Amino acid sequence: MNVPGAGLAKGLAVTLKTMSRRSVTQHYPDVQPELPPRSRGVIALLAENCTVCMLCARECPDWCIYIDSHKETIPAPPGGRERQRNVLDRFDIDFSLCMYCGICIEVCPFDALFWSPEFEYSELDIRDLTHGKERLGEWMHTVPAPPAHDEHGVRAKEVDAAFKAADGAGPGAVAREQT
Amino acid sequence: MTDALEIVLRLVLVLGAFLTLPLLVGQAEHKAMAHMQSRVGPMYAGGFHGWAQLVADGVKFAQKEDIVPAAADRTVFKLAPAVALIPYLLVLIAIPLAPDWVAQELDAGIFFVIAVMGVGVLGSLMAGWASANKFSLLGGLRSAAQLLAYELPFLLAAASVAMAAGTLSLSGIVAAWEPWWLIWQLPGAVVFFVAGLAELQRPPFDMPVADSEIIFGAYTEYTGLRFALFLLAEYAGIVVLSALTTVLFLGGWKGPFDDALWGAVGALWTLAKTFVLSFLVIWLRVSYPRLREDQLQRLAWQGLVPVALVQLALTGVVAVAT
Repeated sequence: MNVPGAGLAKGLAVTLKTMSRRSVTQHYPDVQPELPPRSRGVIALLAENCTVCMLCARECPDWCIYIDSHKETIPAPPGGRERQRNVLDRFDIDFSLCMYCGICIEVCPFDALFWSPEFEYSELDIRDLTHGKERLGEWMHTVPAPPAHDEHGVRAKEVDAAFKAADGAGPGAVAREQT
Repeated sequence: MTDALEIVLRLVLVLGAFLTLPLLVGQAEHKAMAHMQSRVGPMYAGGFHGWAQLVADGVKFAQKEDIVPAAADRTVFKLAPAVALIPYLLVLIAIPLAPDWVAQELDAGIFFVIAVMGVGVLGSLMAGWASANKFSLLGGLRSAAQLLAYELPFLLAAASVAMAAGTLSLSGIVAAWEPWWLIWQLPGAVVFFVAGLAELQRPPFDMPVADSEIIFGAYTEYTGLRFALFLLAEYAGIVVLSALTTVLFLGGWKGPFDDALWGAVGALWTLAKTFVLSFLVIWLRVSYPRLREDQLQRLAWQGLVPVALVQLALTGVVAVAT
């Protein structure tokens, strides 16, 4: 049945109901937000792991990573020969260009780059958004531990291979392990 | 000497009410509207839940430059905010809070109140005409059309209650009011309130200031304090309309309990009813979309005017019969 004015009453009811509920506003500067896992806030650098392979800088779609390095000769150990090693001088990411695609983190073969959920690094001047390796290194401690694997998920091939090598019993042992 | 002192005291009290009640309603609107939209509204100004937001807004408005467009009619342009605001101040003088709690008792109070409230709309007409802006002019014309359409049912509904009470004095009407009038005068009360909303140009009757169509209607060219005066006039209008509806239709100072405690308690009743109605004004604003111009006119002429006339006839019949 269509009562005249039912729609009007419904409209009033909706707003009143919303008013009686808690508002959904996040009180951000007063209360820190609860970010979901794998949040992409900023890119942190673990400089010790970097070998200056330049993969990240080359893969970066907008070329916002600047790397300088020099070679250092390690004196020969007894009975050995001299070796050369790359030393990182400069590792800058220009976050005014970065589009947070995460390709640099994906391609890094030595786990030197990580996503950090830290997002409060705005600057008043766009040029100050270029952050050096010291600043990127400071963000390392904000990088969360990687989330645990899904216990029902398929195990990585490497893990399977390791099991196989460990008990040397062939694929059957692995299958038993999984069930 | 004591008479003069008393008059000054009464006027100061009215002025105080005029300056604080609209701000209270405005703040209530900020917060109620925010929570109805699942927001929190102002939170910082003044420390506790943004209670001083409107004070801060006032300070901001006062600091702004007062601009008059080059092609504007300067005198009219500058006068318009005052014309919009002062009528509501004058109306407050005649509204009784409790028996004898009125700044100036008028025998023809209801006439005075309705006549002066009509002047308030002139402010936006003047602003619309004097701004030398086509949007302002459109807004002004829409104000005029709305005023013409809604003044009539407004007046008829008020006439009905005056007829029922047999007096034109606002205090007299409240004194004659009895609870069963709530049913008897219900159509009139609804018509009065809705027509009053339309005269205040409050949503959903805010065609004259429809921001998505004509920027801000007649107020487009205003800045700083003059703009603030228009806003203040809107909220003062809410207070006045709610108070008038309370006095005419909801029994003013009469509560459901002992009548012996009239006075301070009665004033509290009047204020409480006024605030409930003010909340209703805010609530309607949040809940309903804006009416189109033709819908506005149809509601007035085909809805409110006939209802008001029927109410008038009903009042006449019942008044003669009893």
